[in-house]
Amino acid sequence: MRQIFTVANKEFHDGLRNRWLISITLIFALLSIGLTYFGAAASGAVGVASLSTTVASLASLSVFLIPLIALLLSYDSFVGEQESGTLLLLLTYPLSKSQLLLGKFIGQGSIIALATLLGFGASAVLLYFQLGDIEVLTSFSIFIFSAILLGLSFTAISYLISLSVSEKSKAAGFALITWFLFALAFDLALLALLVGVEQGISQNGLTQLMMLNPTDIFRLVNLAGLDNSDVNGVLSVAINASLPQEQLIAALLAWVVLPLTLAIFIFKRKKL
Amino acid sequence: MNIPIVSLSDAGKSYNDLDVLKSVTMQLNQGEVMGLFGHNGAGKTTIMKLILGVISPSRGKVEVMGMAPDSKEAWHSRSKVGYLPENVSFYEQLTGLEVLSYFTKLKGFTNKKAKKQAIDLLEQVGITHAMKRQVKTYSKGMRQRLGLAQAFIGEPKLLLLDEPTVGLDPIATRDFYKTVDQLKSNGSSVILCSHVLPGVEQHIDRAMILSTGQLLAMGTLAELRQQAALPVAIKPSGLNGSVANDNKLNRFLTANCPDTLMVPEQEKLTVLSQLLNHEGLADLHVESANLEQVYQHFLSLTENSLQEPLLQVKGATS
Repeated sequence: MRQIFTVANKEFHDGLRNRWLISITLIFALLSIGLTYFGAAASGAVGVASLSTTVASLASLSVFLIPLIALLLSYDSFVGEQESGTLLLLLTYPLSKSQLLLGKFIGQGSIIALATLLGFGASAVLLYFQLGDIEVLTSFSIFIFSAILLGLSFTAISYLISLSVSEKSKAAGFALITWFLFALAFDLALLALLVGVEQGISQNGLTQLMMLNPTDIFRLVNLAGLDNSDVNGVLSVAINASLPQEQLIAALLAWVVLPLTLAIFIFKRKKL
Repeated sequence: MNIPIVSLSDAGKSYNDLDVLKSVTMQLNQGEVMGLFGHNGAGKTTIMKLILGVISPSRGKVEVMGMAPDSKEAWHSRSKVGYLPENVSFYEQLTGLEVLSYFTKLKGFTNKKAKKQAIDLLEQVGITHAMKRQVKTYSKGMRQRLGLAQAFIGEPKLLLLDEPTVGLDPIATRDFYKTVDQLKSNGSSVILCSHVLPGVEQHIDRAMILSTGQLLAMGTLAELRQQAALPVAIKPSGLNGSVANDNKLNRFLTANCPDTLMVPEQEKLTVLSQLLNHEGLADLHVESANLEQVYQHFLSLTENSLQEPLLQVKGATS
């Protein structure tokens, strides 16, 4: 346990030193405060937009940003140390592979989690003072919680990438493709399936398919409770057949635990 | 009977069909320094990885301090093993002290003790002046010293050093060997891989010579010399060519060094006493074959014998 904490501590401090924490926090804070105040600009008004509009726009932006940031932060965690020779050295220490992996996950995960909490939390507090509505805090806490899970999920996915390749540049390439597939291509494919194939897929089937993509689960968690008018595309179809919130969160949690377990498995079999 | 610190019995490693290490049997006792020689790809690093428990042997048995190093039981003995990898670049953005504190903590020191231990070690390798600077500003020699400090954490019982003197200046090299001698007298065992042969001789007890995954020779330097039967070079001065006229002595002269007698080890004393009878002998220089020559000898032996198996392999795969 102490070994895990030592590694986590080092990774966390790396995140502080590289200005990752401060930049991610700033990006999230600016984004959410900007959207909170100017989200309604499209409809001609400047000022605090409605809660559902704000959360909807935040969710649609985070769904691109959070996976990208998580992948960027962690894609070289293992392949980078392998290239510099410290991975081999670390493994001669009284430190197991799963301890090293979990330590890194806790350290880098904390960076993402803390940045999400601080960045989006800032605008939640701001909005709460403006609207004075307790509902702000509840919907924002669900949003922040699911955003953290999304970030952790992509951290775990980037470990899979980092452990499966032998060069840093390859890991970067795969990280980009992974991001593209999950954040963009998957939805387009679903839409094509929905439109192109007549009676090919039921509403229920669509929702099930969406469980295969953590970004879609994140969207469902945050948009399901909102007015349908703020949501369009594949989602509006899926929302009608949506699963209960707890089940969605559980699915998102599975998207953290499963890639992480698989990463440990791959690490244990990795040839050094 | 004390148990050897490291024992390999018929240990070998293959990746797919490639034998990186054929069968090697060796033992390393407490307080012994073993030199491991061989050119790139000879299997030196594979032996080290086997002993470190990072990889498991495909054949045979590896034991370190009485346990298989890749097993769970050996977990705690790992903190008593120090390793310096051949090519390692530490976390560039951290300072030397931070890097060393991290590794010290991972070896099981508590936070407070870790920092003290790290500072002590940095002092031992002589880079305290740079410990607050980021590693990326370090020179090659300083990085190597940092690596050594890392290997010395926790007074290891077993040290594996892969090319420890690369990048070190002569003074740092001397300091390094002093540390090795000191660790040895404290009862630590050391395995030392090196390409730089001069200077290693007086610090190692035994040497292992490897080539393409095969153990060519192992033993003390004296034993290896005997096995290689390399001649002793005797260089008399002040004789003005009278050796060439001496029937007993001129057969030891060779064409490429007309002043030096190349004498087999067992005839050394006879030749010396004959030389002493010569009038006008001003000085004598006697030199046994050094490690480098022994190494060259064993390598040249295999180069001839290796041709055949190589051809066989080629025939088998085509």
